[in-house]
Amino acid sequence: MTLPFTVLFEKRMDDVPKWLPAATSVGSVVIAFIISGIILKLIGGDPMRVGRFFFDATFASWAAFSDTLVKATPLIMVGLACTVAFKMKLWNIGAEGQFYIGAFAASLVVLIPMVPLDSPKIVIIGLMIIMGMIGGAAWGFIPGVLKGKFGVNEIITTLMLNYIAILWNNFWIFNKWSDAGFQMTPAFPKSAWLPRLADYAREYKAFSGITLHLGVVIALVATVVVWWVLERSRWGYEIKLTGDNKEAARYAGINIVRNVILVMMFSGALAGLAGMSEISGVVHRLQERISPGYGFTGIIVAWLAKLNPFAVVLVAVLFGALIVAGREIQPSGLAQLLQGIILFMVISSDVLLRYKIRIIRLQPATAVEVETA
Amino acid sequence: MNLEIILHAGLATGTILLFAAIGEIFSERAGVLNLGVEGMMLMGAMAGFSTSLSTGNVWLGLLAALIAGGILSLAHGLVTIHFQADQVVSGLSLTFLGTGLALVLGEGLTGKNPPLVPSFSIPGLEAIPFIGPVFFTNHSLLVYVGYLFAPLAWYYIFHTRPGLHLRAVGEKPDAADTMGVSVYGLRYLYVFIGGCLAGLAGATISLSVSPGWYSAQTTSGQGWIAVGLVIFAQWNPLRAAFGAYLFGALRRGILDLQGPAILLGMKNPLYVNSNFGFFLQMTPYILTILALVIGSRQAARKRLGAPAALGLPYIRGERGL
Repeated sequence: MTLPFTVLFEKRMDDVPKWLPAATSVGSVVIAFIISGIILKLIGGDPMRVGRFFFDATFASWAAFSDTLVKATPLIMVGLACTVAFKMKLWNIGAEGQFYIGAFAASLVVLIPMVPLDSPKIVIIGLMIIMGMIGGAAWGFIPGVLKGKFGVNEIITTLMLNYIAILWNNFWIFNKWSDAGFQMTPAFPKSAWLPRLADYAREYKAFSGITLHLGVVIALVATVVVWWVLERSRWGYEIKLTGDNKEAARYAGINIVRNVILVMMFSGALAGLAGMSEISGVVHRLQERISPGYGFTGIIVAWLAKLNPFAVVLVAVLFGALIVAGREIQPSGLAQLLQGIILFMVISSDVLLRYKIRIIRLQPATAVEVETA
Repeated sequence: MNLEIILHAGLATGTILLFAAIGEIFSERAGVLNLGVEGMMLMGAMAGFSTSLSTGNVWLGLLAALIAGGILSLAHGLVTIHFQADQVVSGLSLTFLGTGLALVLGEGLTGKNPPLVPSFSIPGLEAIPFIGPVFFTNHSLLVYVGYLFAPLAWYYIFHTRPGLHLRAVGEKPDAADTMGVSVYGLRYLYVFIGGCLAGLAGATISLSVSPGWYSAQTTSGQGWIAVGLVIFAQWNPLRAAFGAYLFGALRRGILDLQGPAILLGMKNPLYVNSNFGFFLQMTPYILTILALVIGSRQAARKRLGAPAALGLPYIRGERGL
């Protein structure tokens, strides 16, 4: 039996049209939603109802959209963290651990305390930002050195460090700073909270219940900084050159070992910043499970955004919505499943960027020829 | 703290890593890095557990685990072999996909009691002092299968004709293609076998070693440890088996440290404050990193490395790339 048409893959000789990468990303998301809907239907759910619920919970009102943005905030930062590392083909899968250590280091400012807790807000918050970035960078330094100096596979080391980071946090939460035996530290004083729009509800009625906090501004500043570093700085050029062609970079006299370590630290610092923003802006204490897998979602965000810092912001908003809705949607693994399908669709659709796909109708006669040929 | 008991339990725990690691060796020897082991294991654990529960037949459960892991791995195969997508990213998405799917389909399985893989002693061999109680007494069938599996896999890869083809596909796919070996076909086959074994490793957890379904905690990163072991083992099943059992014994030994009140003549700090156990729980992950450092250095020194074409898509007609 022969099909009435044949599909040809032709290697692209000309440049990829500018709109195509974006179109494949959008198309991948749409197809992933459709596939997830089919799976949901097969296990006896109602995709339309879940879809409506998804929209209501995430975009339908200002309060809902604010929730989405709150979840998008750490995703922007971990997405940037992955973007920076992936540009150099360094597979930092450890943003999750760097997030936790960043949160831990930032909490030290309050828990030790490193400064008097009645200091001006700007001092405490400023120090927390610095500590969060240092913590994340330190957690990125370890796999960076192991990769740079000893050639140890960074995928496994960063992953193992995720588990270690979570256990490390748990030790302190349970052992030293437990709040009356609960798995969390006592709440931070208000001076360590990132300002929220809801705090200004007295002056502006419209802000009441809007939980959006200053972290989103930090995330946007980080976006511009990352864009500048990657696209405008000499270091960014070195990173991209090393990622594209290691040998060429070596001949160009670029210190690859140093850059591996620095990029891992930069990446870790961004993830640590996300951890700081989350505990200072949302949770207001250090506790178990401060991340529903932000670090891992960051990988998908970065990939879907095709490693473009500004696209990271847009994609992070979509995935923020997924997390908001995912908290309520049953069964609980659905959001993760959807993320997996989206990522698969994105990488599969990359074939469209490398090949042109032609569908050629075959005349009955030629069909026979093809068969015999 | 009885050494015999620790080693006995360690062999059972190590069998999980053994299957997963050897499966990954098959896949990587054929040139396909599959980082989705954790997802495939979780899927196998779920499918095995749920099938054994619903059919009341543990053998069907094991079969379901093999198939679930294998089918999931084919998604990775399609995307990396035919679409030439990045193997790292595809493997990661497979982990997401497998984990998500296992959690969705495994909803409501917690606390159920399906039939489990039977355990028995080997008559005769169990009487040997020390060896008998550790290796041949009251082990799950899967543990015994594991003993035979590693040497068989080693022999297959290094001393048979299909094993030669397997290595050729991973080392020099263009040469293998010229010799009439189907590069794509073999890569699919070994990715599939790797997936089946990862699924079996998952079922080893849920139907034998620590029976039950505890959603994502069922595997708790053992899939990733298995991937790390492959590098440590330098793509050799015998070394992988050694590493897997060593890890299993250490994991168990660490658990048992939390029991006694007196340790080495001192008050056991874990007995005083159980929160110190968090540090002990870190050890498998720290050891994996150390094993990688050692493995990488040995590989660098002896120039024993990964299969030459590992991670590279093969494109017909673009030979000598």
